[in-house]
Amino acid sequence: MGAHTEIHASAYAGAFTDPVFQSQSVFRALMDAMARPGTIMPLGASVTPPAPLGAGAGAIALTLCDDGTPVWLTNTLVQSSVPAWLSFHTSAPVTDIKPDARFVFIEAGGIVPGFDQFALGTQEYPDRSSTLVIEIAALTGGPEFVAAGPGIKDEAVISPKGLPDIFLTLWTENRALFPRGVDLILVAGTDVLCLPRTTKLRRREV
Amino acid sequence: MTDLATYNFAYLDEQTKRMIRRAILKAISIPGYQVPFASREMPMPYGWGTGGVQVTAAILGPKDVLKVIDQGADDTTNAVSIRAFFQKVANVAVTTKTREATIIQTRHRIPEEALTAGQTLVYQVPIPEPLRFLEPRETETRKMHALEEYGLMHVKLYEDIARNGHIATTYAYPVKVEGRYVMDPSPTPKFDNPKMHMSEALQLFGAGREKRIYAVPPYTDVVSLDFEDHPFEIQHFDKPCALCGAEQVYLDEVVLDDKGGRMFVCSDTDHCEDRREHGHAGHLLAQQEAAE
Repeated sequence: MGAHTEIHASAYAGAFTDPVFQSQSVFRALMDAMARPGTIMPLGASVTPPAPLGAGAGAIALTLCDDGTPVWLTNTLVQSSVPAWLSFHTSAPVTDIKPDARFVFIEAGGIVPGFDQFALGTQEYPDRSSTLVIEIAALTGGPEFVAAGPGIKDEAVISPKGLPDIFLTLWTENRALFPRGVDLILVAGTDVLCLPRTTKLRRREV
Repeated sequence: MTDLATYNFAYLDEQTKRMIRRAILKAISIPGYQVPFASREMPMPYGWGTGGVQVTAAILGPKDVLKVIDQGADDTTNAVSIRAFFQKVANVAVTTKTREATIIQTRHRIPEEALTAGQTLVYQVPIPEPLRFLEPRETETRKMHALEEYGLMHVKLYEDIARNGHIATTYAYPVKVEGRYVMDPSPTPKFDNPKMHMSEALQLFGAGREKRIYAVPPYTDVVSLDFEDHPFEIQHFDKPCALCGAEQVYLDEVVLDDKGGRMFVCSDTDHCEDRREHGHAGHLLAQQEAAE
């Protein structure tokens, strides 16, 4: 009974204190980050979701998810109070069918499934694809990649830390599907770095 | 802000904003592709910029400074009423100065002054589908975009040349974005097409009646369609602006009397005023000053 009550308490608390303006601030950061891939943007607002979901990823969920956006969560997140928290604050249905997910949340250190298991959109409707929100250890300090594509003047160097070793292979395969493909929002704390499907990455030669 | 209810800040409810915001993010991820969205009824008729208004309402925050232009002018009916609308429903700061604005909503012009990284240009779009007048069926145009089958558009431009000796399309001149999607730049004069290419600012397009949102991220290839032997050209004007003397800008023709008198003036009113403040004078302004 005690544990039960505790789950409910954490499910109700921790949303935006000023939802209209805080979600606007989070969205603008996401919009700018998606329009300028590789740029690290502070979200400007955060929430306190139940562990292990982080403050930034929680804020993104509350900004973008609602009853029209099925959400896929990792096993670890499913077994936490996160589904109850998401459900209470956004009404977003949690799905275990990956291609049904409009949004995917992966906590820091969680296993990142292959991108092609999620919705990739169709050639007619490439927008009907999943957006993956992946929490990582840090947005800098990891292996360096050179990024190019729309939104990037010439080239940019990114070094997200905590992505799986096969990330570059997964991303290159995703890029090759254009205009289909998933889009990524990498989160560390309350900072984000976005990788829309248009961004080309290669390992930086030193 | 304390005197305004915030649950419907900028007119739209939060559910609608989320839906539009998700569409905007996907639009940015697929440059030039038209994302369907559940366009709402707005307190103004279709054709008055309901698509642009919904995009602006979804991105607008209390720190923004909004500029609204209609054919380049800040002081025409559509621009004035949309600016007043956002002052009323969002209490947002407004300006007519291009460089002070963070969001510029536009009907059919891109400001003459180069836009910068902190700015977002929101276009009001009547017909987002560049292939619509060539193929009325949405199912077909969607398939044409899916298959990158744009031959019909080249046939249209070719027929222009066959009839007129040159490409006679002067506005809503089709562009190819990042080598993939053919896009309608909205009915801007083709003069403005080169400004879309590798722009520092994010460009968002909203079509309210047609329920589509699309985008061109900064630093994105935007190439006007043409032929090797008939390369794309922008309009050229014989005379500079009659008021500020500016050259290499888009000019509007203004009829002065019923005896054939006319003048050509900057369509971008802010650009023209700014130049005049800095001492530039066109021939009509100089004449007027001499008369005084």
